[in-house]
Amino acid sequence: MNVLLDHFPEFRDGFIGTVSITAVSSVIALVLGIIVAGFRVSPVPPLRFFGTAWVTLLRNTPLTLLFLVSFFVVPEIFFPGMSPFVLGSLALGFYTSAFVCEAVRSGISTVPLGQAEAARSLGMTFFQTLRMIVLPQATRTVLPPLSSIFIALTKNSAIAGAFSVTELFGWQTLMSEQGYAIGPIFVWVAAAYLVVTFTISGIFRLLERRMEVAR
Amino acid sequence: MSASVLYDTPGPKARVRNRIYAALGTVAIIALVAVSILRLGDKGHLDPAMWDIFNYAGIRQNIAEALLSTLKAFGLAAVGSLVLGVLLAVARLSDHRPVRVVATGFIEVFRSIPLLITIYAVWVGFLVDYSMWALALGLSIYNGCVQAEVLRAGVNSVPKGQREAAYALGMSKTQVMTNVLMPQAVRAMLPTIISQLVVTLKDTSLGFVILYPELLYSARLIASNTQVNGQYPYVSTIVVFGAIYIALCLALSALATWIEKRGRRAKTGIAVHAAADPAEAPGVLDDAAPTGTGDGPDVADGPGITKN
Repeated sequence: MNVLLDHFPEFRDGFIGTVSITAVSSVIALVLGIIVAGFRVSPVPPLRFFGTAWVTLLRNTPLTLLFLVSFFVVPEIFFPGMSPFVLGSLALGFYTSAFVCEAVRSGISTVPLGQAEAARSLGMTFFQTLRMIVLPQATRTVLPPLSSIFIALTKNSAIAGAFSVTELFGWQTLMSEQGYAIGPIFVWVAAAYLVVTFTISGIFRLLERRMEVAR
Repeated sequence: MSASVLYDTPGPKARVRNRIYAALGTVAIIALVAVSILRLGDKGHLDPAMWDIFNYAGIRQNIAEALLSTLKAFGLAAVGSLVLGVLLAVARLSDHRPVRVVATGFIEVFRSIPLLITIYAVWVGFLVDYSMWALALGLSIYNGCVQAEVLRAGVNSVPKGQREAAYALGMSKTQVMTNVLMPQAVRAMLPTIISQLVVTLKDTSLGFVILYPELLYSARLIASNTQVNGQYPYVSTIVVFGAIYIALCLALSALATWIEKRGRRAKTGIAVHAAADPAEAPGVLDDAAPTGTGDGPDVADGPGITKN
């Protein structure tokens, strides 16, 4: 208990750090994932190839290595001096985008063929079909896997702490270096993560219930 | 094919349009790659000297040792997680309520805590001087929980008649589990189990936090201790080590796919669960989620029941 009371401001900063890096990289992962999923189902072969390469590469690379890329290669290519928070969110978001892409793609393939055929016979273009007919229906089937993916993202955000982003893992190492027993530290950090992951699964359950439509 | 949902077979006009898009897309992608390479070239990262470091025997020796220690930790973690997975799965399916509750609690807690947090706690708490064992133990705990859920889904996917027949032959509960249910569950879930092993392999890279000299740790070490033309060879090191990781993971994934295909050929009536690519959260977990501590093992319509 002492370790939490004595260092509550640091703990609070860590918690906020975890939540904000999770939120930012979720948005990056969602946007990129949907775009790449669009690439993977598009009728244009180079884009499909690009999408496949993207997913294969990112899914078979350890996230830790992506953090290295983000911290040591990205500043060389683009402008240097980006904050660890931005670089960490980029690594986490890009990594997760591969999983989001696969979830969205499998969601798209669960939409009945007749829906898209009907859309096409109404004269809709590829983008119209995707945007107005297929994606809204795919959303419902995609929600449960997305929820698991974002929970995994929250857990993966701990790695950012090893790359000098302020978050809960950083608090754990800091406290342990200050000589506190690891048991209580572990319990508090674990509890904080449980709060975040339960919130995410709660939000998704709410979304699922709201979007539920009999098919 | 999933693509056919979205568009018809293209006609002459659409083919022309697609070709234009294809050309534009290719140009855009190549431009993106080219700009990155040019920028890296400007900073001197593509200098032959940067890549020459891998010709030194010492660096090669380092890489070989790092690969070996990664594989060592992975081997230990693989065995550990599978053993723990079987134990936890059996405990979760137990007829005794306290055993079930404890196993469920253990799985739920350690599955929702970041692996890095667990590894670090194990290292600081018990095994400061043995980072390999700390890494292996942390990985075993987390992946054991996931494997347990995979195995449980596998047991639940065994047709009910198998269990009933075994009991009718007078087998004990233990015999039913070890001789009838578990072998079939493992068989059905083998591809998923191996996909989870790919995740385990990727996660060995967390060993760098607890100073275990695996691949990623030595990548950082090599890159930060060598200097070529006044610069650290991060780019070349990351490319080389990334290639090693990707090759390892793809080899394991290929094994999973091969086993799945082989399983499909055999006619035992129990389908082998589709080989998933390394996923962050295995889908079977969601199928098995709303079960928990009900009365008796529930026979959910798990993945992979074929009716012959």
